[in-house]
Amino acid sequence: MLDSVGRIAAMTARYCYLLRSSWLRVLELAYWPTMQMLVWGFLYTFLYDSGSKLASTAGLLLGGVLLWDVMFRGQLGFTFTFLEEIWSRNIANLMMSPLTPAELAASLMLVSFVRLVIGTIPVTLLALFLFAFNIYALGFPLFGFFLNLVLTSWAVGLVICGLVMRHGLGAESLAWSVMILLLPLCCVYYPVWVLPAWLQPVAWSLAPTYVFEGMREVLLHNTFRADLMIECLGLNLVYLAGGFATFLLLLRSARYSGTLLTMGE
Amino acid sequence: MNSIVRFGADIDPPPVPAEALPPLDIGEVEVAPAIQADFLCKKYGSQWAVDDVSFVVPSGWTVGLLGGNGAGKTTTIAMIMGLVVPTAGRALVLGHDMMRERHKVLRRMNFESPYVALPSRLTVRENLTVFGRLYGVANVKARIEQLAHEFELEEILDRANGRLSAGQKTRVLIAKALINSPEVLLLDEPTASLDPDRAEWVRSRLEIYRRERGATILMSSHNMPEVERLCDFIIIMSFGRVVAMGQPRELIERYQSENLDEVFIHLARAEQLERADEFARETIAGGSAVERAAPKS
Repeated sequence: MLDSVGRIAAMTARYCYLLRSSWLRVLELAYWPTMQMLVWGFLYTFLYDSGSKLASTAGLLLGGVLLWDVMFRGQLGFTFTFLEEIWSRNIANLMMSPLTPAELAASLMLVSFVRLVIGTIPVTLLALFLFAFNIYALGFPLFGFFLNLVLTSWAVGLVICGLVMRHGLGAESLAWSVMILLLPLCCVYYPVWVLPAWLQPVAWSLAPTYVFEGMREVLLHNTFRADLMIECLGLNLVYLAGGFATFLLLLRSARYSGTLLTMGE
Repeated sequence: MNSIVRFGADIDPPPVPAEALPPLDIGEVEVAPAIQADFLCKKYGSQWAVDDVSFVVPSGWTVGLLGGNGAGKTTTIAMIMGLVVPTAGRALVLGHDMMRERHKVLRRMNFESPYVALPSRLTVRENLTVFGRLYGVANVKARIEQLAHEFELEEILDRANGRLSAGQKTRVLIAKALINSPEVLLLDEPTASLDPDRAEWVRSRLEIYRRERGATILMSSHNMPEVERLCDFIIIMSFGRVVAMGQPRELIERYQSENLDEVFIHLARAEQLERADEFARETIAGGSAVERAAPKS
């Protein structure tokens, strides 16, 4: 157990060395979320100041943007940290070391969390100071939303990393595109009932849908739906187990196809 | 255990003088071979990259795996490392099956290959620290200082790996391969990107390491003088198969050659002719490539 913790710490240190090696990398973590926040923040201000009927729902847009970014950046942080190993042709070194797949996944999760904190906290503070939108006012529910979105992002990240190991850098673009597929289905900016009836079960099979529905309940009715969060957590645990199993299967498949040794750059 | 190194059933075991073999028995207990390949095969699509390769490397020996490009050396080493799953056969390191029990032995082995690199943005010290901790090295800092001294890396320890010359990178990779003082070391063309002087220096370091640690080394190389200098035993591969094996001197005598280069060229051409002949027999009715290629008297 101690050995395992030591190896996870070693990998986490490795990724921290990488972040430390370039301030541009650190800046980039906050750059995209900030740009997105500015665009939606100004839209929020416009709707609010113009007395539009939509003004009351402008907060939902901003809340949606911030929470969506948690999930999107969480997955990007997980996947890109792994891709660093592929780009630097280091994956065979790691796979030949005593590091287990579970330890590698745990270190990717830790680093994804660190990257997420670096990327999102400045943006939430910016939203507070520029647009007087305080996402922390959500209180305890925010913790539930954050936890669930991060778990989903890690589950998706595990599958993408497995695909990259199996199919090489040809699968790299999935890091950007898979989450976008979820965007219309998990109802970030609109309630589930807007979707056609046949699509609604699909939406409810996705864990993030529960988070965004929960967020709307808090912002519109000041009600925290604990039931939604618990269901979401249950789904996420299934996702995470499925994601890790897929990762292991694809790693095994990569060992059969011989891609581990020749992959990179 | 008389037959220390053995090959596919169609190849006769070569005569290995008993006095040349290291003692394998300690008292009543027989020492397990450090590396054992049993009928290893690997097929990619319709192509056999490795075809029925078997050998045993006793503890403390340095064995060279020779062959041209595409001979199957890297795939064989990758199967021994457990990075590639064999289509058939098995690989054992220190008595453990690398497909089922590799986690039991990974701390006791390490490797270096031109196909892998270390993260370019991390400094040499950071890279060695990470791998030292992954391998559970007790005093990583002291071990890095020792390796830096042995491999003359002191001046580049705090330089980013990406800013090193090819030769420096190779030395760092070898230092990484030795970070855990492995009992079994797998080296894939360890001096490929080094100038002759530096390559000779690295060979000396590897010899010293093997002697002091009693380590077992399996290395692939194109460099025949290097193999002749470092290896106790040689396995020559061609088109995924073992075509010859023996001690360097013995091979040179067997093929009536001046040096290993000539042995290698002789075997490579013979194998190519045999392949062409096989192809002709299978696809073109009548005659063989060897017969057609033979000079008319």
